[in-house]
Parts: sequence; C-alpha cells; structure tokens
Amino acid sequence: DNMRPGVTPFSQSVYEVHMFVLIIVSIIGVLVFAAMFTSMILHRKSRGAEAAQFSHSTKAEVIWTVIPILILIVMAVPATIVLIEMEDTSGAEMNIKVTGYQWLWRYEYLEDELDFYSALDRDSNYARQKGSTLSPYEVDNYLLEVDNRVVLPTDTRIRFLLTADDVIHSWWVPDLGWKRDAIPGMINEAWTEITEPGIYRGQCAELCGKDHGFMPIVIEAVLPEEYRAWVAGMKQDSIASESEVERLWSRDELMAHGETIYQAQCATCHQIDGSGMQPAFPALANSEVVTGEIEAHIDLVMNGRDGTAMAAFGQRLQPQDIAAALTYTRNSFGNATGDMIQPAQIDHLQQATASPIESEGGLASVEASAP
Amino acid sequence: MTATTAHDEHHHEQPTGLKRWLYTTNHKEIGTLYLFFSLAMFFIGGAMALVIRAELFVPGLQVVNPEFFNQMTTMHALVMIFGAVMPAFVGLANWMVPLMVGAPDMALPRMNNWSFWILPFAFLILLSTLFMPSGAPASGWTLYPPLSLQGGNSFAFVIFAIHLMGISSIMGAINIIATILNMRAPGMTLLRMPLFVWTWLITAFLLIAGMPVLAGAVTMLLTDRFFGTSFFDAAGGGDPVMYQHIFWFFGHPEVYIMILPAFGIVSEIIPTFSRKPLFGYTSMVYATASIAFLSFIVWAHHMFTVGMPLGGALFFMYATMVIAVPTGIKVFNWVATMWRGSMTFETPMLFALGFVILFTIGGLSGVMLAIVPADFQYHDTYFVVAHFHYVLVTGAIFAIMAAAYYWIPKWTGYMYDERLGKIHFWCSTISVNVLFFPQHYLGLAGMPRRIPDYGVQFAEFNMISSIGGFAFGFSQLIFLWIVIKCVRGGEKATDQVWEGARGLEWTVPSPAPLHTFDTPPIVDDRVAAHSESLNAESRP
Amino acid sequence: MAQGTYYVPHTAKWPIVGSVGLFVLVSGFAKWMNGSDLGPWMAIAGAAIVITMLFGWFAEVIKESESGLYSNQVDASFRQGMIWFIFSEVMFFAAFFGALFYARIFAVPWLGGEGTGVMTNELLYPGYLAVWPTNGPENIGGDFQTIGAFELPMINTLILLLSGATITMAHVALKKLKRNALVFWMIATVALGALFLGLQMYEYVHAYRDLGLTLGSGIYGSTFFMLTGFHGLHVTVGSIMLIVITLRCVKGHFEPKNHFAFEAVAWYWHFVDVVWLVLFVFVYVL
Ligand code: HEA
Ligand code: HEA
Ligand code: CUA
Ligand SMILES: [Cu+2]
Repeated sequence: DNMRPGVTPFSQSVYEVHMFVLIIVSIIGVLVFAAMFTSMILHRKSRGAEAAQFSHSTKAEVIWTVIPILILIVMAVPATIVLIEMEDTSGAEMNIKVTGYQWLWRYEYLEDELDFYSALDRDSNYARQKGSTLSPYEVDNYLLEVDNRVVLPTDTRIRFLLTADDVIHSWWVPDLGWKRDAIPGMINEAWTEITEPGIYRGQCAELCGKDHGFMPIVIEAVLPEEYRAWVAGMKQDSIASESEVERLWSRDELMAHGETIYQAQCATCHQIDGSGMQPAFPALANSEVVTGEIEAHIDLVMNGRDGTAMAAFGQRLQPQDIAAALTYTRNSFGNATGDMIQPAQIDHLQQATASPIESEGGLASVEASAP
Repeated sequence: MTATTAHDEHHHEQPTGLKRWLYTTNHKEIGTLYLFFSLAMFFIGGAMALVIRAELFVPGLQVVNPEFFNQMTTMHALVMIFGAVMPAFVGLANWMVPLMVGAPDMALPRMNNWSFWILPFAFLILLSTLFMPSGAPASGWTLYPPLSLQGGNSFAFVIFAIHLMGISSIMGAINIIATILNMRAPGMTLLRMPLFVWTWLITAFLLIAGMPVLAGAVTMLLTDRFFGTSFFDAAGGGDPVMYQHIFWFFGHPEVYIMILPAFGIVSEIIPTFSRKPLFGYTSMVYATASIAFLSFIVWAHHMFTVGMPLGGALFFMYATMVIAVPTGIKVFNWVATMWRGSMTFETPMLFALGFVILFTIGGLSGVMLAIVPADFQYHDTYFVVAHFHYVLVTGAIFAIMAAAYYWIPKWTGYMYDERLGKIHFWCSTISVNVLFFPQHYLGLAGMPRRIPDYGVQFAEFNMISSIGGFAFGFSQLIFLWIVIKCVRGGEKATDQVWEGARGLEWTVPSPAPLHTFDTPPIVDDRVAAHSESLNAESRP
Repeated sequence: MAQGTYYVPHTAKWPIVGSVGLFVLVSGFAKWMNGSDLGPWMAIAGAAIVITMLFGWFAEVIKESESGLYSNQVDASFRQGMIWFIFSEVMFFAAFFGALFYARIFAVPWLGGEGTGVMTNELLYPGYLAVWPTNGPENIGGDFQTIGAFELPMINTLILLLSGATITMAHVALKKLKRNALVFWMIATVALGALFLGLQMYEYVHAYRDLGLTLGSGIYGSTFFMLTGFHGLHVTVGSIMLIVITLRCVKGHFEPKNHFAFEAVAWYWHFVDVVWLVLFVFVYVL
C-alpha cells in the first residue's frame, strides 16, 4: 500500500513530495544496481576476465559528487516550499485543544466550549484482550474506532493546540497529512482544512506506555451546517447530564452504570474481574484502598498516583461516572463495603479542584490571541 | 580458535582454563572474547525480535501482553545495538587492527582486558531486569521521558547498565586510537593504512565524543526520577524534548558508529575478490571523515514532529540530505572497484555485495525520511523500522558476517565450509527481504511502530514479515554451525588465504600465532594493503 | 615508529577485579535508590573493591615504570590514553552545559510565551514570565535566592587559578630536579584544592539552609547543582591523584625527562580548572 493522498491541501502536497522523492530514489537505486550487476556478470573470473589495475579517475569522482548534489537540491526545493506552507498556523477560524492521556484523548472546542474524551470503542477493547473470544475480524474498524468521534466542519481552517497530561503522545490522522507530538507541559500548534466530508481514522504515534496501540483518533468531517447542529446537540446532552448529577441515584443505577464505566475505563489494567496484573496494576479485589475508607479511595481515583500508570480521572470523567465506578468497585469482586457514592459528592470535589486550563482566563486569552 | 592458539609454540607459560580468559592481555584472545559475546547477544536479541514477530503474526493479542511487548522492543534494540553490533566491531578491531598496522598488540593491553570484561557484567544487569517484578524497561531504546520515568525498579539498573557499557566502549575506543596513532610499524604511513583501520580510527572518535553525552543524558533521567531535578519537566522550567536533543546528539553518531567499520570491511573485501586495488582510496578516507563530521549536526532529524521552529527543521533537513553525498561516493567507489575486475564470489564477497545493494536501499529510504514534510507522515511508522533494519541488519550485520567469513581462516587456520556459507548467504538474503521489505508498505499504509496489535488492514504484510523473520532467524543457526565446524577443524588455510588478498595480516601464518610482529615489520608498497604510489595519483 | 619491542604484560588480574567492583557498586546504588537497606552496603563494598583495584593496578604500573620496562612508545601510548580520556570527560560536561544552554535559550523563553511558545504560555502558564534564574512556571521547590558570583565563587576561581600556577611551578621544579621545591609546590597545590572543596561545601550548606536553593529548585537548581556537583567530584578525584603524586615525589620518583604520571595529573588538574572557568561564567556570572 502506498501513502494516502489524504483530504487536505497539505496532505495532497505531502503526497506529491513523497511520490516525487520516491521516484527519484528508485531511479537512482535501479541505476546503481544495474551497474553492479553488469559488472558482476561481465567481469567475473570464470569468464576469464583480466583485472584492470586502474584505481582512480578524478573525472569520475567529480561527476558522482556533483550529480548527487544536484539531485538533492531538486528534492529540497519542493520540500522546503511545502514545509513553509505547513508551519504557518495563523488565520485559524476555529481552535481545538487536544490533550493526550494514558490512553485516550481529550478534545476541547475552545470557541464552541465543548469538552469531551475519546477512547477506544467497546468492541475493539473487548476483542483486543488476550485470549478474547471475539476475533478482530468480527469487529468493524478494529482498533480504529472510538466512543466519541471528533466532529469537524469541512472547508474551515482549524488550528489544533496539542498537549498531553502524563507522557508524550502524538496525534496522527494520515488523511490530514501530518502528525504532531502532544508533549506534557508544552503546546504544539498545527492546522488543517478538510475539503471532503467523511470519516478519517488515525492512531497515537508516540510510544506512551502499555496501551499506546489502543488510543485511536476518529474524525468525522461534516458540512459546516451539520457541524452546528452537532454542537447544539452536544450542548443539550451536557445540560441533561447536569440534572443527572444533581439527583440522587439508586444503588442499582450506580452499580449498573458503574459496571459499564469500569469496563471502559479501568478493566484494561485492573482486569474485568478486578484481579489486576501484578505488580504494575494492583488487584482491586479486597485491596486496602478499595475496601478502606472512602475519602482515600475517592482521592486516589480523582487525582491518580504519581509515578504509576494510575491516572487522575478527576477532571476526565463525569461526576456520575466516577461515583458509579467507585460504588461498583467497592461492592464487586468480593468487596462488600456496602458504601454508596453519589454524583453530587464528586461534582463538589471537581468544582473545588478545577484546573486553570479550563478556567475562564485560559479561554479568554485565546480569543485575545486569535488574529 | 581457542584450541589452535592455545597450542602455540613460541611462548612463555600461560594461565590456562577460565583464568586464561579472565586475565588475558592478548589482543587476539580479547578479540575472540568480544566476538563470541557478540554472537551470543545476537541470538538473545534475535530471540526477542522473534517474540515481537510472533505477536505481530496475526491481529489480536495471542503471545504476550502489551506491557511485555514493549519490554521486548526495548530490550531487543538495546541488546542488538550495545551487545551485538558494537562488540562485534570492537572484536574485529582487536583482532585485525594490530595485524593490519604491524603492531605487537593493542597499545594498552590491560585496559583492553577491562573494556571487554565490563560488558558481561553490564548485560548481566540489563538482562536481569527481565526477571524483576516490575519487568524490563518498556519505553523504547530511546528511553524518552516522562514515559521512561514511569519504569519500576528496573529503571535504575538499566541506567547504570548503560553507564557501564559507555565506560567499556570509551576505553575500547581510546585503546584503538592509541594503537593506530602510536603502534604502526615503520613505513606504515597513514595513507598506507587499510580502510578498515581508517574507518575504525574515525569511529573511535565518534565513540569518545558520543558515549559521554549519552551518559550525561541518562544521568539526568536518573536525577529527575530519584533526586527531584527538573531537566525534563516543563513545570520546573525544563522540557521533555530537551532529552531528545541530548539523546540524539549521541544517537545519530551512534548509528554511524554502527556503519563506518562496516564500510571499512566492505572496502577490504571487494578489492580482494575483484583482484583489483580499491578505487579512490583517498576519497574514501575523506568521505568517511565528512560523514563523521556531518553526523554531529543532523540529530534533530529524529524529532521533526516535536514542533521545532521552521529554521531548525530546514537546517536539519538540508544537513541530513548532504550525508547522501559522501556515502554515495563510497557506493560508487565500490562499484568502480568491481568494474573491469576479475571477480569471484566466495561467501565474504557475496555478503559484501549484498551489503552494498541492501544498504543502499536503506540509505535511500533514509533520504526520504530526511524530507521533513514527508517525515510528518513516515515518522514513528514501520517505514522507519524498515529503513533502519536495512541499514542495520543488511548493513551492519551483513558486513560483520562478511568479515567473519573473510578472516576466520586467519583466526582458526581452517577454511570454513564454502558450500554451507553460500547456503547461509542465500537463505539470509532472501528471508531478510521478505522480513523487512513489506514493512515499507506497512509504514506507508499507516501502521505505527511499537504497537503489539494492529487493524486488520495490516494483517497480510505483517504475516509475510513474520514468516520472513523466522526464516531469517533460523538461517542464522546455519552460521552458528559453520563457525563451530570451522573452529573444530577442516581444510587447512594458507597464509595468503585469498588469491587477491593484500596487506600485512596475510603475511603472518594461519592461524595467526598468539604473538605477531614482536619485532615490527618494515612496510613498503609491496606488502601494504594500499601502496602510496597508487594513492598518490588518487589525490584530487 | 616502534623501536625495539613493546612491553606487553602477560596477564592482568586487576581489570576483572575492577569489573566485579563496578558491578557491585552500581547494583548497590540501584538497590539503594529503590529503597533497599542492602543497597548502601553493597555500594560501599563495591567502591572499596574499585579503590583497591585502582591502587593495586597503579602500584603495578609504577613498579614496572620505575624498573624501566617502558619504552618511549609505551609512554606515548599512555599520553594518548590520558588525552582522549580527558576529552571524553569534556564531552560529559558538554551534555550538562548543553542542558543549561537549551533551558536558558529555548525552554524557558518558550514557557514564557516567546517564539513557538505563545500558546503554551497563554493556555498552560498564563502570567508566567521567562526570567533567569527560574524554577519554572509552577515554582518547583519553592522560592529561592542564588549565590552571587563575586562572593565565594570569585574567591574559588582565584584559588583554582592559583593552584594551576603552583602545579606548573612544581613541574618546573621537577624539570630542574629541585626535589624540595617540587614537594613544596605539590603540597601547596593539594592544599588549594582542599580549600576549594571546603568552600564549595560551605556554599552548598549555605544554599540549602539559608537560600532555599536545592537540587529540587526547578531547572536552575538542577543545572546549578549538577554542574558544580560533578565539577566538585572531579576536583576531589584530582586532589586524590595529586596526593598520590606528591607522595611519589617524596619517595623520589620521576626524572626530569620521564615523568608521565606527573604530567597526566597536571593535565587533569588544568582540565578541572578550565571547566570551572566556563562554569563560573555561565552558571554564576551570566
Ligand atoms: C547503521 C545505521 C544507520 C544508517 C547508516 C542510517 C543512515 C541514514 N539515516 Fe537513519 N536511522 C537509523 C539508523 C541508520 N540510519 C536508526 C536506528 C533510526 C531509528 C532510530 C529510532 O527512532 O529508533 C534511523 C532513523 C532515521 C531518521 C528518522 C526517521 C523518523 O524517526 O522519523 C532519518 C530522518 O532523516 C534517517 C535518515 C538517514 C539518512 C539520510 C541516512 C544516510 O546516511 C543514508 C545515506 C546513504 C544513501 C543515500 C545511499 C547511497 C547513496 C547513493 C547511491 C548516492 C545517490 C543518492 C542520492 C543523491 C539520494 N534515519
Ligand atoms: C543492529 C540492530 C538490530 C538488529 C540486528 C535487529 C534485528 C531484527 N529486528 Fe530489530 N530493532 C532494532 C535494531 C535491530 N533489530 C532497533 C534499534 C529497533 C527499535 C526499537 C524501539 O522501537 O525502541 C528495532 C525494532 C524492531 C521491530 C519493531 C518493534 C516495534 O516497533 O514494536 C521489529 C519488528 O519486526 C524488529 C524485528 C527484528 C527482526 C525480526 C530482526 C532479525 O534480524 C533478528 C534475527 C533473528 C535472530 C538472529 C534469531 C536467532 C535466534 C533463533 C534462531 C532462535 C534460537 C534462540 C536462541 C538460541 C536464544 N526490530
Ligand atoms: Cu498515546 Cu501512544
Ligand atoms: Cu539519524
């Protein structure tokens, strides 16, 4: 398979540069090998070839110094032009902040004030487990499907602001023609302008730990008006989930919802049955934390544990998700604390520790900077 | 070869058994130690590669967990680079450089012993991490922070193992430089030195300049992890990308450390079997030197996607592309050496020719990678994996194989089994292309590297690659058998060994006695590998 | 080149001892860092083995040298060895200076919003100003003050420069075979080295106790202590080598023509000296 031309002006030019260089080097290769084989065939002792004794020819050496230089210049020119075009991130009509986590992506639409996470879809996640009964071939878009797709408007100049929360990731959708590293503590800029509606799939492209291979990216490019509709829809849902947070949940609701969340978010490390994977991923089945006092447990889940793969889910999940997952783990795998955690509790804590990133200051200053 | 050198007549009493190998100061014995060590590591590292290929045979996870897969990737690379390729080249230098320049031994024999005997301990530590509760390092051989800092107990051990390897190669390099600059026989002028000696002299400088920087980089990792420094933490004013700059400042020269001696080997073998002097000797020397120089100003071509300023990206792209010129000169000189020669195709020649062709393929894909906008697509895909295996496996490893076949008669006094040698060559060459060529397509089709599982659209090529991998792996068992057979005995080798061979190493008996050139030989154009009268013309 | 035969020791038992020593030493360190109680003891044991090895090895070499086994060529090999060893040390320091320059020229300004760092600063560290010294946007390690260049560091600079002079005096004396002068200047050099180390200690204590400047004080603390720390380590090693040489001088070793060991140590001392000068300029003054 060759590289795909992609669906943005940039990806097109990258494709052209790629083909151009590929053809040139192929020709060079063919010529060099041709010379070698001719010599190997003609000048072999078995054919009685007498060895000439020349060992030098300034003319020849000058020629094969100069010609490669010229060839390289020919390749460098288009490369330079395309690169300069890519590096100009100005004039964005829309800014999306992308944050890599171990092992999922977070997308913040700075203008439309949307904010959601996007992780490997359930089926792939199930099929990829070692010794899973579900074959990859039965899952469509195995490892290349997510729970929440990134919906983008076509024919719009979009600037991506890439960063990471834990380790370095790299955001790559081949059809856009580039990848950019998402580096913790730094923000990288890159832009795109998608010309054709469609679904474009990519993957994390920088080793980021055990599930590096399992944090795909799926873009759904739609016409601008459809995009607006989608935004509106998302806003509705968030309001809906507001009220979800307010109300009191029943134990069964929490346990049911908790199981879903647990399998999507926690099971890859702590395993479906909470047995974990020693020593890196402790078992939850009758662990001190999970059966211990609630505060410590909540704190661990919300703020993570440094130096381990245990991430801070505090800002990553909805209050009801965290509450449910906690309730579920405290009352499953033989853990029978009987505790119940309500979304409202968690919501409270979240407000307390909202990180500066999504505080008004951050957004405001972006507007300011938009040229 | 143990057997033969031990029964060497003209020599004072020698400790025997293990002691002999622990205490030896003899460049030939130490060279032998290096070579066997390297062979062992090649198999261990290869076995890890086969684990990788086995897991990637079909989509889905069958053999290992993702965590362990990453450990295999990391260890495979570390073992192959620091355990297989580098010690092999140092071993060859130990054996051949003194023979080629007419020296009685290496300049600093005691330190020579130390350089080697640090290695087994370093790898004892490195490999032991596989059995630690936290498992071996899993952040790739490049050990990028912050990921590498998440490593468990094994982390500190890995860092110190790397320190030891660094100490070992630095001392080895110092020894080689001292030997070449200070131990040459009368008349062995610099421009009479065989190219293998030249390339190693320059490689040694790369080692001395590069390894300490690696030591510094991993030391910063260590302090960031255990002593609260913030070199690679933006919150404290550092930058994770800073590590990548320091690492690759070592890392790129490192890849040329793994190829320059190979260039030297091929430049010895092709003239011998073309029965014709090396074409453009002097330009070869200059080309090697310029490659070495350039290798220090291209490092960021491994980091085009970290988001560096435009000017930087352009500079590193141009600088990287320029390296194609001196390398090209070498390739063309080799072709010109063959041209109108009188060639025969014994196994060393076959591997040398395989090297020239397949390395060139790897080099050409390297030039593609240097094109920044295109690298935005290629980076961290299997296209890169294909590139560096063409230059490392069919480059470095093929050259080492060629050297082994070329010189083993001199080492053991016996000819290796030519028929098996040819079989080994053809099995390796065919299977290695089945193994790595499809990886170009995988990369272009969008398969990232360092993943234990992949979408079904990548299935076919991965299966082909894995089949090639096992075929290539097991082909190497043929080599193992050939070596054992040749050490045990066989057809006696003449001192000259190869009809077209020139140079001092062919003037000593086969097997080379434990002590050669106790009184330095007088070198003139007749015995020199490269007579100055020839070089004279070849000065531009 | 090669006159007569080259001295090749038949066997060497110290290297393997050294390897075992290093093995125990680093395994000990590693265990230590992982919090094992065994660690420190292993490290100490390893260090002991390595030190024994060094003394044994050098004693052997000195014996051979004094019994005149070495040709000029062997001497030349030793010189080559020392020169390139020092060069490798230079490259080791280069890595840390590289980190310092990178942080000051690129990383910190970017965090402060310069060049490609505009969005980094606006979204992640609003209000962070790129100034040097810094411990980063999140004030890692807490507030701290730095050590003024023209206080102790200046004095230290003078001390090292002076020691460079005294060792040269010693060399001159050796060439003229004035033993007493030689020993005197050597002792002077050692004393200056020791004084330097003493003042460095004091400076560190001061930094930790009074200034709040620690290894954990962000990038400034990291670069400051790693650079000065490794330099101090080298001064320590250098001083020990100087002491050994001094003792050998007292014993009447070395002749005007043939005294490589002395020169090697002198080179090393000058190298440590130069590193300090660079360090003084870029770490303290600028
Ligand atoms: C022996 C080791 C070796 C060698 C010799 C090379 C040689 C080269 N390499 Fe490679 N490289 C690696 C080992 C090596 N590499 C490794 C291990 C990695 C991956 C590290 C990691 O990430 O894990 C890597 C990665 C790597 C990258 C980063 C890719 C990425 O991660 O995105 C790049 C980018 O520029 C690159 C370029 C080159 C170039 C231009 C050469 C040149 O030196 C090639 C020059 C040779 C030729 C060009 C062929 C002969 C010339 C002619 C026939 C003349 C005519 C040709 C022209 C005019 C074009 N290499
Ligand atoms: C000189 C260096 C070198 C060499 C020789 C090789 C040799 C091989 N490598 Fe390489 N490889 C690297 C250097 C090297 N590699 C590097 C630097 C990386 C990057 C790592 C990273 O991403 O960090 C890498 C990564 C890498 C990957 C990508 C992993 C990933 O991205 O997840 C793959 C996948 O196919 C691979 C495969 C192979 C194979 C099949 C061989 C074969 O040539 C091996 C040949 C096989 C044998 C020699 C086996 C012999 C053993 C037997 C026959 C079985 C009996 C066993 C015993 C007796 C013990 N390697
Ligand atoms: Cu995230 Cu790889
Ligand atoms: Cu490189």
